[in-house]
Amino acid sequence: MLLIKNGRVLDPSSKTDSVQDVLLSEGRISKIAAGVSAPDAEVFDATGMVVAPGFIDLHCHLREPGQEMSETIETGTRSAAKGGFTAVCCMPNTQPVNDNASITRGIVERAAAAKSVRVWPIGAASVGSKGEALAEIAAMKDAGIVAVSDDGKPVATARLMRQVMDYCSTLDLPVIDHCEDPSLFAGGVMREGPRSIRLGLKGIPAESESICAGRDVEIAGLTRARLHIAHMSTTGALEYVRQAKKNGLKVTCEVTPHHFTLIDEDVRYDTNYKMNPPLASRADRDALIAGLVDGTVDAIATDHAPHHAASKDVEFDRAPFGITGFETALALGLSELVHTGKMSLTRLVELFTTGPARVLGMNRKLAAGEVADVTVFSPGQSWTYRVAESPSKSRNSPFDARPFKGAATATIVAGRIIWRQ
Amino acid sequence: MRVVEKRQLLSSDEIGRTLQRLAHEIVEKSGGTDDLALIGVRRRGVPLSERLAKTIQSFSGVQIPVGTIDITLYRDDLSTVGPQPVVHSNEISFSVDNRDLVIVDDVLYTGRTIRAAMNGLFDLGRPKRIRLCVLIDRGHRELPVEASFIGSKVQTSDTEIVEVHLREIDGDERVVLVDRVA
Amino acid sequence: MLQRLEHLLGIEDLTREQISFILDQAAPFQEFQKHPLKKLATLRGKTVALAFFENSTRTRISFATAAARLGADTMNLQAEASSVKKGESLLDTVRTLEAMRPDGIVIRHSSSGAPHLIADRLGMPVVNAGDGTHEHPTQALLDALTIRDRKGKLEGLNLTILGDILHSRVARSNIFLLSKFGVNITLCGPSMWVPRELESLALNVRRVSRIEDALKNADAIIVLRVQTERLHEPGIAPEEYILGYQLTPARLKLANPGALVLHPGPMIRGLEIDPAVADGPQSCVLDQVTNGLAIRMALLYHLVGGAAVEAPPAKEKPKDSPKD
Repeated sequence: MLLIKNGRVLDPSSKTDSVQDVLLSEGRISKIAAGVSAPDAEVFDATGMVVAPGFIDLHCHLREPGQEMSETIETGTRSAAKGGFTAVCCMPNTQPVNDNASITRGIVERAAAAKSVRVWPIGAASVGSKGEALAEIAAMKDAGIVAVSDDGKPVATARLMRQVMDYCSTLDLPVIDHCEDPSLFAGGVMREGPRSIRLGLKGIPAESESICAGRDVEIAGLTRARLHIAHMSTTGALEYVRQAKKNGLKVTCEVTPHHFTLIDEDVRYDTNYKMNPPLASRADRDALIAGLVDGTVDAIATDHAPHHAASKDVEFDRAPFGITGFETALALGLSELVHTGKMSLTRLVELFTTGPARVLGMNRKLAAGEVADVTVFSPGQSWTYRVAESPSKSRNSPFDARPFKGAATATIVAGRIIWRQ
Repeated sequence: MRVVEKRQLLSSDEIGRTLQRLAHEIVEKSGGTDDLALIGVRRRGVPLSERLAKTIQSFSGVQIPVGTIDITLYRDDLSTVGPQPVVHSNEISFSVDNRDLVIVDDVLYTGRTIRAAMNGLFDLGRPKRIRLCVLIDRGHRELPVEASFIGSKVQTSDTEIVEVHLREIDGDERVVLVDRVA
Repeated sequence: MLQRLEHLLGIEDLTREQISFILDQAAPFQEFQKHPLKKLATLRGKTVALAFFENSTRTRISFATAAARLGADTMNLQAEASSVKKGESLLDTVRTLEAMRPDGIVIRHSSSGAPHLIADRLGMPVVNAGDGTHEHPTQALLDALTIRDRKGKLEGLNLTILGDILHSRVARSNIFLLSKFGVNITLCGPSMWVPRELESLALNVRRVSRIEDALKNADAIIVLRVQTERLHEPGIAPEEYILGYQLTPARLKLANPGALVLHPGPMIRGLEIDPAVADGPQSCVLDQVTNGLAIRMALLYHLVGGAAVEAPPAKEKPKDSPKD
């Protein structure tokens, strides 16, 4: 039994925002009220902190199987816990690709052994994510996947996307697409624009993402399936999503913290600024923030992409794409969106909880009987992010030594504190 | 570095008279002006060499060539701490081959500047002869260098500095002995 | 002043004063090239590492000669013959060189930003001899020196750059440098190689699509090479290029009389430049080569000379002059 005392309970589903106690028992939420007494319970004093439903990260890379030099499920989940996440969805672009049930089961078992945050695997859409044949999606669903994606690349053709969407709609699984047009992307390493010209780095036009997003939304219209746009970074794609929602399609999208924080002008010869999709223009960033505020964007997802130090310590165009993100997501959300007055704290919590849950077709709430996944955080706490202290195996973050206001203080999964400050 | 003036070595008039004398000596001891050329060492050797040439022209009617050499690239104090000194060009519009050169400088001290000047001249060709003319010889040679034409010999200590002021560069015209202040 | 410069990674971050200083310091070294004996002892005992990860004959020879004439030794790394082909990373290759204690490194690499990557890690001066499509600072310096010597000044001149500007590090460095001196810059070439964003690189930069318009009033023209090895996207047929953009004698007449023609080399006579123009009286290509040597000597003199090692304090000298 765990009693979270005196925290500001913020539950978007029930529109609760008041100081109350939360009692957890046997993996479930037992009671939420003021002045709860539970003499046998372990007490967590949440005075001055916010008590929210457990955060869900829709998009991350745990690198296991096959790339354990950069991260393992164990180290990745510990990093996620430190960031306040109670559940993470890991993408299938491992080695081998998670395109069948036995790999999915392997991931689920490793996660259980790590005894940390929940790991919900995302299965490949096509075999090997090669874009040819459909992967064993139904079998993977039985093994525990919550969505399909060929992340790292777009689903290769419109025809395949249609097949995947048709198939997944009968299985009631969302299809997540990494939107990119390979012919426009070709060899690019950052957003095409004045900055890429100045740095002499090959640019990727924004239309690479929006053309593919448009294609996907059209096919979602054709199939009436659930489409989720991964790591959306352009106004073009955002507009397609906005239009799709207006037309009643089941289209959702996510934005990463680095895409609502940094822009293409921030890029320099430092591979911690190289990721895919690349940092976007100021106008795109501002449009994404407006979308986060007005509900067009459903979720914040980290796209935590660890790469071991030696692999990133190379020339910009040779470096792999990606940065880590579990431990800075909440802090960036608070500093860039809430403390600046752009959105309410409740809206931010939605983007980490009910939003992602809705994409996955589940609930996330603080209510009696619900699963006891809780994220406790201090919105005002001052701290400095130090990449060297991360439980992740990788160090590729552009936010090292950045001061923040707001941090997770306890991550609770199934009623157990799996991480605390 | 703070310095204090100890005494004046040459006044403006004395500089003028000294240069007159040196100009006559140079021509006398060269047996005429054939093949003669003056090479002024940047910085203050330059106006001195120009004045000597003008004087020589005024009594002999001959305009002997004057060139300028910058010794920065030939210095031997390579591993000094700090940034490299600024380089300047030489300005020697005539060939030094078979010339009877007289290097002109303001002060002869350790001899390293003159050694560097000679290295520079040998990179340009093969002079017939090189001699040295200085306004002040202050002793303390560290290399076997001697001047053939000396304005004035002065005894100095290691901490003292001979400051030559020439109107073309400094505005005023005199030579003073200064000492470093503790 | 150059004295405060640790590396030469690009023109973009240099001030006008620093650039003027380098151009002025090249003059004594221009004069030096006329000496019968071209050997100084100024950098005697120093070693300059020439790390050329991208093929280059002219630039490498120019730097090697500059170092040798200053009296320095060189360590020569050439990409084809090196461990880079075996997969050794840039940092490892450079650290191996560093372990042999050179006093400076000149690097040419196909990745933009490669010199910046190593400058942070090494304890010695780094000179960028060309990084990807980013900058080629010594080329811009020698081009500016060539123009300044012939025209007497840079301010207010009209410069036209012809060719594949998007992929040209020579163009970028020239744009950065000359715009700092108030030169009006016109860019002209096939439109997929002259994107709009180039105008944002510096002040007084404009794009023009027809070569006839680009050459009108030009005081100097930089003709770029058509880089067949750097084409990522579908290219343009040679005949098309010649038709639209070759600098012919007739087109050159549209420029101001006495307009200078510069080319970073190597030239493909008959493609981007008509042989009569390449070898004509307005062509400065040979001066560019000589000036390149002078610029590189001046840079190595200032960046690699001076102490890396603390010497015992010499007897104190008065400001700026050696012991007499």
